[in-house]
Amino acid sequence: MSKFKKKTQVKQDIPTSSMPDVVFMLLFFFMVTTELRQTSIEVKQNIPKATQLRKLQRKSLVTNLYIGEPIKKDQYGTEPKIQANDVFIEPKDIVLWVNREKDKLSEAERDQLTVSLKVDKEAKRGLIADVETELRKANSRKLLYTTLEDDKKN
Amino acid sequence: MPRSTPEIPNASMADIAFLLLTFFLVTTTIANDRGLSILLPPPPDPNAKQDEVKIQERNMFKIQVNSSDALLVEGEPMDDVSGLKDMIKAFVLNNGRDPNSSDNPEKAIVSYKTDRGTSHARFVQILDIIQAAYYDIYAERASVTNAKFREAASDLSDPQNKEIYDRGREGIPMNISIAEPTKVGG
Repeated sequence: MSKFKKKTQVKQDIPTSSMPDVVFMLLFFFMVTTELRQTSIEVKQNIPKATQLRKLQRKSLVTNLYIGEPIKKDQYGTEPKIQANDVFIEPKDIVLWVNREKDKLSEAERDQLTVSLKVDKEAKRGLIADVETELRKANSRKLLYTTLEDDKKN
Repeated sequence: MPRSTPEIPNASMADIAFLLLTFFLVTTTIANDRGLSILLPPPPDPNAKQDEVKIQERNMFKIQVNSSDALLVEGEPMDDVSGLKDMIKAFVLNNGRDPNSSDNPEKAIVSYKTDRGTSHARFVQILDIIQAAYYDIYAERASVTNAKFREAASDLSDPQNKEIYDRGREGIPMNISIAEPTKVGG
């Protein structure tokens, strides 16, 4: 009778064969729900370096303008262009754009909007000055020329 | 008979960890919200009469850059910019000693004029030097380092930072006038 000894040991392993499925499901979930980047930058962005950097405190109050030579040269030419969100705009559209950006903020914070100009090294001053003139008209006077940290001592 | 302790398989733990890591690597954009900060002048009022603001010659420190990125400081061409910062510092802190330099820091204005054809890289380089001169002055007065002063200036909600900031800036406004560019190039 002892030949048919009853097994007391119960198998306790958790089945792992479905683990990849679970992981992939998680991955897909995040891929679908996460907004990766709001904008894909369509202009050249070779940012100049500087030493006297200031950090901006409230990220929600910052809005970006990208200026530089378009990456798709055959489509948009080689003249530096202004990119706001996902589209190229002309300097005359900036007032409208600033007002739309201000509408996104709460009433009390509207005058604290900071425009961060991400400008390519090779862009000319003329275009940037036009942008500044328009920003003044739109009464959005806080401006930041985004630069990288220059490590070498001056 | 002692029961064997149940174990959760952890062979795939590394996979999951790497997956999460990759996920965050892809989705995280390192926001670069650092740079040279300036405040634009208020919009020009079309109704206001265009009365010439008289600024004495001695209170203006003129920096000009042309369309081929060449530099002119107080009417003199300058190739090497390493001495420019000290020149600006001496100008701002002159306090009337040298009759050809500023009366006092409050009246001193650094006038920075570029051309439409000046490259942004050059523009930033010179603006950086001008701001470095001012921040050096502020930092010295507040007896902190330049980097510490700029850090304090970025967050004025902290009373300690505000104190450093006020101590540094009192009586010395950052008068950098960025003029409308001339129209030779660009």
